[in-house]
Amino acid sequence: MEKNDNALKGEPTLNESDRSAYWHSNLRLMATLLTVWALVSLVASTLIVDWLNNVNIGSVPLGFWMGQQGSIITFVILIAIYVWRMEKLDKAFGIDEDAELARQEKS
Amino acid sequence: MSTFGWTVLWVLITFGIYIFIAFRSRAKSTGDFYVAGAGVPAIANGAAVAADWMSAASFISMAGLVAFQGYGGAVFLMGWTGGYVLLALLLAPYLRKFGKYTVPDFVGDRYSDGARVVAVVAAIFVSLTYVAGQMRGVGVVFSRFLEVEVTTGVLIGMAVVLFYAVLGGMKGITWTQVAQYSVLIVAYLIPAVAIANQLTGNPIPHLSFGQILERLDGIQTDLGFAAYSDPFATHTRTNLFLITATLMVGTAGLPHVIVRFYTTRTVKAARRSALFALFFIAILYTTAPAVGVFAKFNVIDTVEGAQLSELEQIDWVAGWSETGLLEIEDKNGDGVINYTPDEDTNELITFDRDILVLANPEVAGLPTAVVGLVAAGGLAAALSTASGLLLVISSSVAHDLVYKLFRPDATEAQRLRWGRIAMAGAVTVAGYFGVNPPGFVGEVVALAFGLAAASFFPVLVLGIFWKRANAPGAIAGMVVGLGTAAPYMYLLIWGGMDPWFGVDKAGVGVISAVFNAIAIVVVSLRTDPPSQELQDLVENVRYPGNVSVGSQGTPLETA
Repeated sequence: MEKNDNALKGEPTLNESDRSAYWHSNLRLMATLLTVWALVSLVASTLIVDWLNNVNIGSVPLGFWMGQQGSIITFVILIAIYVWRMEKLDKAFGIDEDAELARQEKS
Repeated sequence: MSTFGWTVLWVLITFGIYIFIAFRSRAKSTGDFYVAGAGVPAIANGAAVAADWMSAASFISMAGLVAFQGYGGAVFLMGWTGGYVLLALLLAPYLRKFGKYTVPDFVGDRYSDGARVVAVVAAIFVSLTYVAGQMRGVGVVFSRFLEVEVTTGVLIGMAVVLFYAVLGGMKGITWTQVAQYSVLIVAYLIPAVAIANQLTGNPIPHLSFGQILERLDGIQTDLGFAAYSDPFATHTRTNLFLITATLMVGTAGLPHVIVRFYTTRTVKAARRSALFALFFIAILYTTAPAVGVFAKFNVIDTVEGAQLSELEQIDWVAGWSETGLLEIEDKNGDGVINYTPDEDTNELITFDRDILVLANPEVAGLPTAVVGLVAAGGLAAALSTASGLLLVISSSVAHDLVYKLFRPDATEAQRLRWGRIAMAGAVTVAGYFGVNPPGFVGEVVALAFGLAAASFFPVLVLGIFWKRANAPGAIAGMVVGLGTAAPYMYLLIWGGMDPWFGVDKAGVGVISAVFNAIAIVVVSLRTDPPSQELQDLVENVRYPGNVSVGSQGTPLETA
């Protein structure tokens, strides 16, 4: 690994307890989102799809709709939530990559 | 103007645009090929990833598979989008922070050079299978619209792909891919909207396909087929689950997709790119099920009960019959064509799944200009992905294998030569499988995903989330994963073996991935833990930006 002394120039540093807090928030968020991910796709659209098909939305059976439309839409929303929450988390821990890049380019 | 004329015109215009943009961006870009994504807004990078990602399988084959598999087609729809959630949450940000150029690079640095070799072999294997699917797709497009045999079509495609890939860096230039995305999504949406409007009076396919679905279910059951929306008509419950899971895990492990996230400027940009990419992909993927329903309805409506003499007069029937991808025969000599589930009486003998999207505008009677545009869109999808995969193969051979392992003293020119030889070899092998495909484009591609799932995914994820994972564990994992999935697929396809426990060849990948993960854990725990330096590397990868970690407080690198 290349030596670099940015830390000495006032770059943000996380001590061990900060790092652990950041990592655990990340893991909690991931676990929640991946649970929803598995529920809409692997559970609703495969394991219990026939059961959900008893309900209709419009003229499309619900299980069918989940498998061919709903789960895809949910995936986009899940990643959007992830991006939003992680950017908030970065901010809370004082991580700002864009500012770092700008500083590096200046120096 | 004829379909042929329009196709040539659209292909020339769109290729002209790609080459023009590539040339312009190239002239301006000073930096390395690999950082072409830097300085590009995340939204453009997302469109580029989407173009790279959506191949002939997505564009040409998927709606056809959905149309003929009915609900079962959901495995492709969910599998190829759901994998992005895994990619965005489990891999993209960390691999970006790691900041190297290839997947074997990560495996090599995180584990060992031995693991790197296994990863290179797996990357080549997976990419080759994937390219084979693309070549078939290109062959199908050329065969119809240049009015030649599929074999000749594949040969023309091989030449075009090779030319395109050897042009080099062009593929890496993000703006070209943004243009390709625009072409392919417009080419996909125009016929979908026109047909939705024609059939239902509502131009939004996502909202209007429901009413046709109801009628299609009725027609299919009347003809003696399973209902279109029957969830278990093509796959059992178990296989629905396994194939979906395999495609998801495989998506997240595909080398040419992962590579795209190394090229963003920051971890934040990597996350955002993943979001935009999936958004752009979802536009096509939520339209495909509607296209499938409309196309199936139109095809049955045109063919079933029609007079043979009248059918033969129809342009698309005659055109596709010449390619051998569509075959009708009046078996009982009554002059009428019947579509039935019984092989002895069915008179729509062959309807290749791969022609459905291409034939769709013709079947619906849309103007020939639209027909040609769809062909151009299909080519954009197939060629952008195929050339991207060839670059992965060539860089795997030249960079990871020859340069890093065998000939560290190789000159730039020698490495380039190795890369070109690898590329030519890959095109030849891919072309062979394009001519003699073991299945439809979408199915062949599905096998590539199974192999990616079985080999890479557990090694990458455990490499990031479990510091204790070590080199012997990673090698054991990849060998076990690939060593169980590949023979199983081979024996099912060519060995005449019956599936074990009914597990489909496309669904075995996720099971092998589980074996892979178990092997990594067991072997890692029985051997020495990785060095402190490696554990610090893993710690580094977990936080964006310059964060001080490690026993000596080593500050992180940011690329």
